[in-house]
Amino acid sequence: MSIKGKAYIAGAFEHPLRKAPDVSTPQLHAECAMGALADAGLSLDDVDGYFCSGDAPGFGGLSMADYLGLTGLSHIDSTETGGSSYILHVSHAAQAIAMGKCTVALITLAGRPRSEQVRWPRPNSFEGPFEAWCGGSTHNTYGMAAMRHIHEFGTTSEQLAWIKVAASQHAQYNEHAMLRDVVTVEDVLQSPMISDPLHRLDCCVVSDGGGALVVVAPEVMKSLDRPAVKILGAGEAVKGQNGGKVDLTYSAAAKSGPAAFAEAGVTPADIKYASIYDSFTITVLMQIEDLGFCEKGKGGAFVTDGNLISGSGKLPFNTDGGGLCNNHPTNRGGMTKVIEAVRQLRGEAHPAVQVPNCDLALATGIGGSLGIRHGAATLIMERAA
Amino acid sequence: MNETRKLAQPEATPETQPFWDAAREGKLLIKRCGGCGEAHYPPRAICPFCHSADTAWEKSKGAGSVYSFSIMRRSPTGPYTIAYVQLDEGPRMLTNIIDADPDSLAIGGRVCLTFTETGGDAPPVPMFRPAPQAS
Repeated sequence: MSIKGKAYIAGAFEHPLRKAPDVSTPQLHAECAMGALADAGLSLDDVDGYFCSGDAPGFGGLSMADYLGLTGLSHIDSTETGGSSYILHVSHAAQAIAMGKCTVALITLAGRPRSEQVRWPRPNSFEGPFEAWCGGSTHNTYGMAAMRHIHEFGTTSEQLAWIKVAASQHAQYNEHAMLRDVVTVEDVLQSPMISDPLHRLDCCVVSDGGGALVVVAPEVMKSLDRPAVKILGAGEAVKGQNGGKVDLTYSAAAKSGPAAFAEAGVTPADIKYASIYDSFTITVLMQIEDLGFCEKGKGGAFVTDGNLISGSGKLPFNTDGGGLCNNHPTNRGGMTKVIEAVRQLRGEAHPAVQVPNCDLALATGIGGSLGIRHGAATLIMERAA
Repeated sequence: MNETRKLAQPEATPETQPFWDAAREGKLLIKRCGGCGEAHYPPRAICPFCHSADTAWEKSKGAGSVYSFSIMRRSPTGPYTIAYVQLDEGPRMLTNIIDADPDSLAIGGRVCLTFTETGGDAPPVPMFRPAPQAS
């Protein structure tokens, strides 16, 4: 069994807002849903599969399905792997479609961390009493992963900075991007230290907003006018502290990546464009190595000198500016990773960053924390002929 | 930077009560499995490696080395250091390093256990400080 060729991404929508004080979170989900369905040429009445994650308010999928008036659902999935959830949802949607459980799957993400206090309870978790007092945040736990990478492989802050430089080169063309100024390696190194070794410009933005995707069965895709983005393969994996055998030198993408490549029947060298979740610069570096774009430990050298910049580099990445510059809606970046990959495959990215003849793209993400426990999801997509 | 950093107070469960009782006596407990012999942390009733229920509490010597760390510089209560410390018994545990000049810390540095109060009736939590230099 495989999902290869069994489902297509027909609709994608990124909410234009980066600060949303005047709408509710369910309303943002709904606006994203309507946007992605309109993009596909479908309506809410067509939706028979619904996917959402921990950002969905209230009772998650139940509340949102009720709010949206999704009365025809035959499949629902609210798998929560943090910011990587939405990449994984595309895979789960393709699986459900392949099994005949639904034909039009809607995936939504939205939230307002700049406009409302979002509490993050972890009731009854085994780890809470052993971790909460440590003061772990995304910054310092990803910081520990970066620190160990530097120690093991000689990676430098200058090399990490190149990732932000490349993202900023792309963001200058995105009118919706929060940060559109092109920055230099020196700018990154001169920005305030947040949590060693990560500077402010090694960190992604915090934004309100959201996005949505529509994944459909082949027969539905045939009836639509949009360019078809075929799903070729996907992988997912989780990684934690392993009972104290903590190893910060690799991520769960070391499993999700090879699984996705195997299912798709392609190799890293075949990929024309990659959306790589960039919560922090180290997140990108780690995934580039774990997906096999270079050897483990050589990610620093790989990203240096603009190798990720569209037009000049070997691996054009995050051509919307990514989480580092464009958007990181409700602290979850997987959705926008898939959306920009869809734009690239359709030839709808900004002309200044559009990869020529982009027929094979990848989206990959890490949700949770690289330094504590996380879920990785990798998705490989092809422009259908 | 005048606020005092408030530590989240740990709540014991039936599974972890002995750990927190020992913490009140200044002892750090880990679990060791009678099935596979491996030590693990945080402690569970069932071994995360071989899934045997034959796990027993063991007192750690409280000595270890820094596996990784990061200094949170942008905290309203002043910088603090989160770390994974590898206990000499094997497990790497998430903790804080205190009583240290953050800029003097290095991966591999030796550290020793020190408990920090969390206030009220809650138990103290296991942190680490740089080990005294051998002369």
